[in-house]
Amino acid sequence: MGKRIGMEVGIAAAEAVALCNIDVAAVYPITPQSHIAEHMADIIHDGRIDAEFITVESEHSSISACAGASATGARVYTATSSQGLMLMHEILPIVSAMRLPVVMGNANRAVSGPLNIWNDHGDIMPQRDSGWICLFTENGQEVIDLSIMAFKIAEDPEVMLPTVVNIDGFQLTHMIEPLEFPTQAQVNKFLPDRKPYATLHPDNPMTMGCFNMPDIFTETMKAKDTALWNSKKTIVKVFNEWGRQFGRKYNVVETYKAKDAETLILTMGSMGETASIAVDEMRKAGRKVGLVKLRLWRPFPVEELRAAIKGCKTLIVMDRAISFGGAGGPVATEIKSFLFHDKGRPRIVDFLMGLGGRDVTVGDFIAMVERAKNKKDETYEYYGVRE
Amino acid sequence: MAKKKTEQKKWPEKWHEVTPGCMVFEPGNAANYKTGSWKAQRPILDTKKCIKCGICYIFCPEACIQEDTEGFFQADLGYCKGCGICAHECWPGAISMVEEEE
Ligand code: SF4
Ligand code: SF4
Repeated sequence: MGKRIGMEVGIAAAEAVALCNIDVAAVYPITPQSHIAEHMADIIHDGRIDAEFITVESEHSSISACAGASATGARVYTATSSQGLMLMHEILPIVSAMRLPVVMGNANRAVSGPLNIWNDHGDIMPQRDSGWICLFTENGQEVIDLSIMAFKIAEDPEVMLPTVVNIDGFQLTHMIEPLEFPTQAQVNKFLPDRKPYATLHPDNPMTMGCFNMPDIFTETMKAKDTALWNSKKTIVKVFNEWGRQFGRKYNVVETYKAKDAETLILTMGSMGETASIAVDEMRKAGRKVGLVKLRLWRPFPVEELRAAIKGCKTLIVMDRAISFGGAGGPVATEIKSFLFHDKGRPRIVDFLMGLGGRDVTVGDFIAMVERAKNKKDETYEYYGVRE
Repeated sequence: MAKKKTEQKKWPEKWHEVTPGCMVFEPGNAANYKTGSWKAQRPILDTKKCIKCGICYIFCPEACIQEDTEGFFQADLGYCKGCGICAHECWPGAISMVEEEE
């Protein structure tokens, strides 16, 4: 094992990207992503890497600049959060439709209004239909590892899709954690130069981002959807390759004491660590509780989830985002939909929790498992709301 | 993925024939796509009024007006979408828009 150093996770995200031989970064600062933006700018300004930092006037421009740069064959990075991601919304499906392997770090934060700069997943959920590969991280080490892996996944010739690495705002971005960095030589070995499928160059005119009439649009959409579904194979391959080279194994669905569990908690992002402590405590008290963590959100790892929850009676989904006037939190809604026809599927309890930076403690997880026992219906509930 | 030449066919028909990102590798192949059937009106040039100034040629958003051997500017009806901009811009009033017949 390499040397561990203490570093803030946002800074570490920029340091990890700096190891990836990027050509262009176009990042507009926004809390709680700002340290990524600032540190990325520092690294490039100081000449530590040979890359261009494009100072842009908005996130709409940063993602547009990334799309243009990526189309020329460059390796490109951006990062954002909340309102910034909302401003990118228009461009996100264009980047995926053009099959440009842009990598983005998203410091998850609530969406206004009211204005709230703290963590939840309300920013990424409205982007779920934009055709990006969507990964979640649980701690600083995962942020480093997945930020590097994201380039390899996105640029794989079988994939060619943009990838967003979700990093819980403050809970992760502003934590100082003991972290281990791979060496430059190790990253070079793991992540070779990008070999673009096609590039925009005046000597070789071609069209990217063309126009579709009604007679071909449906076919184009199915091709894009299929490409995203197919990317899971490469994601698993890259996770395995990372595991072999660095000894840290990643799975699209992670489990903790889930095998014989009657009740499973399902989390995404940083809350998984707290939930695992709650599971330990409940296990000590003799209760068959376990944990399932979705690392991959798009494409949805449905087979892996089915395998992970097999035999459990109650699945408690922790939704850190709201779909107002809808069927529930986005995660629970999707899981219910996938499992609708499954015989003997677990009862699915949906808690909206941890919104706008509200802490979710070990005690909260235990309380939710307790509450779930008596919940009769499967509608969603705002956990901890003052009545 | 190998760089496949799916351009033998004019357009992809099935979803798996769509190139990644719908990329088009043949420059200028928009010319293969005739948009003339879109129009509800067609521009008719009155060569008696036309002063050969080329304003219509400059303004046509479809870029389908070309100068003929006599110096008149004629719309290629295979592409003309019938927008009427040429008729609007032609200040000597040499272009009139007439309804397309069935
Ligand atoms: S604008 Fe009118 S006058 Fe001028 S070239 Fe065209 S048709 Fe002739
Ligand atoms: S009607 Fe429109 S498209 Fe047709 S020739 Fe005139 S300007 Fe061009």
